[in-house]
Amino acid sequence: MATSVPVIELSGVEKSFGAVDVLKGVDFAVQAGQVTALVGDNGAGKSTLIKGLAGIQPYDKGIVKFEGKEISIDSPRHVSELGIEVVYQDLALCDNLDIVQNMFLGREEVFRGTLNESSMEKKASETLASLSVRTVKSVRQKVERLSGGQRQTVAIARAVLRDTKVVILDEPTAALGVAQTEQVLALVKRLADKGVAVIMISHNLVDVFKVADKIYVLYLGKMVASLDAKSTNQNDIVGYITGTKTSETVK
Amino acid sequence: MSTNSAGNSAIGSGHEGNVKEQISGYLLKIKSGDMGSLPAMLGLVILAILFTAMSPVFLTALNFANLFNQAATLIVLAMGLVFVLVLAEIDLSAGVTSGVSAAILVISLHNNVNWILSILIAIATGVVIGYFIGVIVARVGIPSFVVTLACFLAFQGLQLLIIGNGGLYRIENSQVLAIQNSNLTLTQGWIFYAVGILLFIYSGFAARRRRSRNNQPNRPMVFLYAKIAFAVVAGAGVVAALNLERSSNKDFPIHGVPIVIPVVIVLFVLGTFVLDRTKFGRHVYAVGGNPEAARRAGIKVTGVKIAVFTICSTTAAISGIISASRVGSVDASMGRTIVLNGVAAAVVGGVSLFGGKGRLSQAVIGGFVIAIIDNGLGLMGYNSGINLLITGAVLLLAASADAISRKRGSVVKR
Repeated sequence: MATSVPVIELSGVEKSFGAVDVLKGVDFAVQAGQVTALVGDNGAGKSTLIKGLAGIQPYDKGIVKFEGKEISIDSPRHVSELGIEVVYQDLALCDNLDIVQNMFLGREEVFRGTLNESSMEKKASETLASLSVRTVKSVRQKVERLSGGQRQTVAIARAVLRDTKVVILDEPTAALGVAQTEQVLALVKRLADKGVAVIMISHNLVDVFKVADKIYVLYLGKMVASLDAKSTNQNDIVGYITGTKTSETVK
Repeated sequence: MSTNSAGNSAIGSGHEGNVKEQISGYLLKIKSGDMGSLPAMLGLVILAILFTAMSPVFLTALNFANLFNQAATLIVLAMGLVFVLVLAEIDLSAGVTSGVSAAILVISLHNNVNWILSILIAIATGVVIGYFIGVIVARVGIPSFVVTLACFLAFQGLQLLIIGNGGLYRIENSQVLAIQNSNLTLTQGWIFYAVGILLFIYSGFAARRRRSRNNQPNRPMVFLYAKIAFAVVAGAGVVAALNLERSSNKDFPIHGVPIVIPVVIVLFVLGTFVLDRTKFGRHVYAVGGNPEAARRAGIKVTGVKIAVFTICSTTAAISGIISASRVGSVDASMGRTIVLNGVAAAVVGGVSLFGGKGRLSQAVIGGFVIAIIDNGLGLMGYNSGINLLITGAVLLLAASADAISRKRGSVVKR
């Protein structure tokens, strides 16, 4: 399944803030049905790379291809229309609203001028069920009563509610305990199994090796490694991240 | 991959379970601190019993109707304030906005402008004021406390300029006076009741039908029947009581539902519809709960804020009209003190000052609590010192209930 046209393909992407070059010609490719991990130390340029994909800060230079066609990403709305969803680290959920309301926030279904609660509720539970989520008792629970893992689940489910092709997860397990991390990682796997291209940013290499098919390493604005998770190990990745290992880079 | 279909998924919607499970679910919700307007409702009942026992006048047809008239101004103002409070904002100028609007109304009437047009002009005054406040708060980014405090001061001056120093304008127009001083005929009262009940029953059944059409579980039928039965009995009781003769003078009979009641009910239903059933209402709660999440979800936070302040001031203007109708005149200080009672009413009813939570029904219940304290203590001959002390104590009690329930509310606080 791996060798088809990448859903997203970046080549020679550059971005600088004033005199600081944050991305210095980065290549990056994401396949459907795979979990692609993006790792790197603080300041390596992970966030900048993702913000470009999310349409928040456009790249200065470089080619962005979506499903093989060259595009220019210019706004978060455009990105969302393409079927790319970003799940941010701080989740951006409304505590006072329930799960259904959060999943449909900003894209509520309306029937004759009023909210179509019944339909939204149905779709929300279908989406959660299709991700085999079992930890949530009721879709009408307020989000404030959910655990950290359950919140992450809701945020991810929100991202795949519609026909989503790419989900970008920013540190999805950062604030979670052991059991909850397992739940979320299992969910990330299922997401890829459904055919979604998953990009996961993480500092936690244990988590990365549990779910990733492919691992990209950024070091000071350059993509220093793109490896199959099966053919590498944690020591190598740490080497690339810290810059002690430089080598058979992408190009 | 999951083979789970949605129909028999393990995730519920809160509608499953028999009567017993539903009730225990509800009790659990209350135990965890999500009490809504329950404390205020209980308080209302206790106060009513207390005053009935202590004052022979309290439970008379005359005082019963009087209570509605007294509460109307406050309830309408509090309903408007709920919108701003849900955003975790405040409008300290709502009271003086009602005063300015009433002043505009009375000046307009004195210039022989048609009464409907005058009312519309007064309401439009509220719209303009609210839009102005909203723009300053949302676009310029000054905290609403400061903006509306400035407006609170400035509009008092405006009102003084409109009315003239120490002046007072009487309202001569009978239609405007009728809002608070005339009643529906006995038949009209019952027709209004019947229409209301039918709409209530219809909406209850329509919601169930939509769910079952989507193969979603519904709560046991008993609950809907119980709700309808309560509405039928309570509504009939109120209308019957208001239809009693309450004049001591046989030559001037007074009976029927005060006109202001249908006015308040229409505003209540409209506002509740907007908050519960429309996209806009959902966005108001979202912005109140987490503005950043709302913004990332594509909600235009600035627009929501401006709209909410506009709604609040517009409602305040209507409250001003109702107040002017009750007093029969407008002076330069009208509305100066009512805003804090309005906020108190909302908070007593269970609206959270921390934003994100609040319903118009809570403002109504809270408004009645404040009004009943005022009314009952007045009847018993206590002076307003005692009245204010007790109102303050009740507010503090309600605010502590809110704070405690927030502490207990979240299982995980991130």
